[in-house]
Amino acid sequence: MKMLEVKALNVWFGAGRDRVDAVKGANFTVEEGESFGLVGESGSGKSTILRAISGLAPQWSGGINVNGMSLGRRRPNAFYKTVQMVFQDPYASLHPRHSVDQVLGETLYLHGFRDIDARVVRLLDDVGLGQKFRFRYPHQLSGGQRQRVAIARALAPEPKLLLLDEPTSALDVSVQAEVLNLLADLRADHGLTYLMVSHDLSVVSHVCDRLAVMKDGEIVEVMDVAALRQMRATHPYSQQLLQASI
Amino acid sequence: MSTLLDVENLWVKFPSRQGVFDAVRGVSFTLGRERLGIVGESGSGKSMTGRAILRLIRAPGIVEADHISLEGVDLLKMSEKEMRAVRGQRISMVMQDPKFSLNPVMTIGDQIMEAYRLHSRASKREAFAKSIEMLEAVSIRDPFRVMRAYPHEMSGGMGQRIMIAMMLIPNPEILIADEPTSALDVSVQRQVLDIMDKLVKERGMGLIFISHDLNLVADFCDRVLIMYAGRIVEVCEADRLHEAKHPYTRGLLNSLPRLDAPRDRLEVLERDPAWAEAPSVSGRI
Repeated sequence: MKMLEVKALNVWFGAGRDRVDAVKGANFTVEEGESFGLVGESGSGKSTILRAISGLAPQWSGGINVNGMSLGRRRPNAFYKTVQMVFQDPYASLHPRHSVDQVLGETLYLHGFRDIDARVVRLLDDVGLGQKFRFRYPHQLSGGQRQRVAIARALAPEPKLLLLDEPTSALDVSVQAEVLNLLADLRADHGLTYLMVSHDLSVVSHVCDRLAVMKDGEIVEVMDVAALRQMRATHPYSQQLLQASI
Repeated sequence: MSTLLDVENLWVKFPSRQGVFDAVRGVSFTLGRERLGIVGESGSGKSMTGRAILRLIRAPGIVEADHISLEGVDLLKMSEKEMRAVRGQRISMVMQDPKFSLNPVMTIGDQIMEAYRLHSRASKREAFAKSIEMLEAVSIRDPFRVMRAYPHEMSGGMGQRIMIAMMLIPNPEILIADEPTSALDVSVQRQVLDIMDKLVKERGMGLIFISHDLNLVADFCDRVLIMYAGRIVEVCEADRLHEAKHPYTRGLLNSLPRLDAPRDRLEVLERDPAWAEAPSVSGRI
């Protein structure tokens, strides 16, 4: 079954002479349980696709289908239960004056759960943090621990599709290894589908099954990771990207 | 090789309620006309080392060193006014995060032109032409639009390239680059490194390249200092980094995912408290 289907997606910002077409005619599908990567240089529109899917980029046209739902301007509540996003910068995405307990508790409450206490405990265990972190504030956590909290928050409504926007690029390599291992475990345990944006081909090849290469707002190639590992890219830009990553 | 910068026994301390915290503990190294890499995790003191050289650490932070000499003159003995002539013009620094280093309420163009005109008596027209030229040098596609734009309209990678353009305009002798390319993607990273490489080779600039990316440093730098918990644990030639012996360096190398060698799980670094206790290795030549 298809978890995500993106058809002829255009996204733009601004108007007049400052109009920027960030995504032009993007097409791809992600199967349920699959992990799909978007790679490309900065400004190629890979994060913008995630923002359009999650509803953060209001000016878009084309078709987005999530788990059988066709999306319009307004997203139904069921959408936010299905799709959650993890942002790049764990330092910016957590409220500095809310404790971990408040962050997770509020998210759970808003999604209509009432057994909040038990769920907070479970979420923290799921992301490998444990109970001693429950009443800490973000400044008392390291970068990797904050990203774990952000992942726990995204898992709170029991989503099916996780949008990961460069989840480890702000982290050290040693911490990146821990977070990537955690993401792999969570996908196996909860049967999640990932759509992951990264500029690091080796990270994408570790996490994903298939990937799309983007340049200047367009998807130039969709290939699977096995082809990537054997350096079998067909588009000249993907080849160039591969060469630069070795 | 002539020595541009000589750092001997540098300590950076921050008094806190739990006692004095030593961010950098007795680091010594020299910098010639070369590319010197400093690698380590966050919190290892690599950024603090860079900041201490420019005396950017403010009270209550304390910087102590036997000497930090820029071509024989001790920076620690300079007055604040003399220091101001050093910063930007002789030693320039590219900070980690463009979001916090650019002024959010000034257009990019005004900021670059200001940086240029502070250090040279150029007319606005010259400054504009020079700014466009520098933006093109860091491969920004549409420099005229970028000159009119505000920092929030830029992506992280573009912001970082703008910072680099700004720092290179006054032609410094030493460039301290603190994670200059960690926000950039591989293709642009290469271009930015080539720009810095050209400056080192052509104008004999000294470069201190602070990064957590071991492969990048191994590829780009001449010499590498590996820092852990405020000390230098290992010094090696960059092309021999993959033969590094210290378990910390080995652990960092092994925790990277690799394109050519797929693995189900990545190795997680096991820390040994003895690493933090061992004395600092000297990075002097």
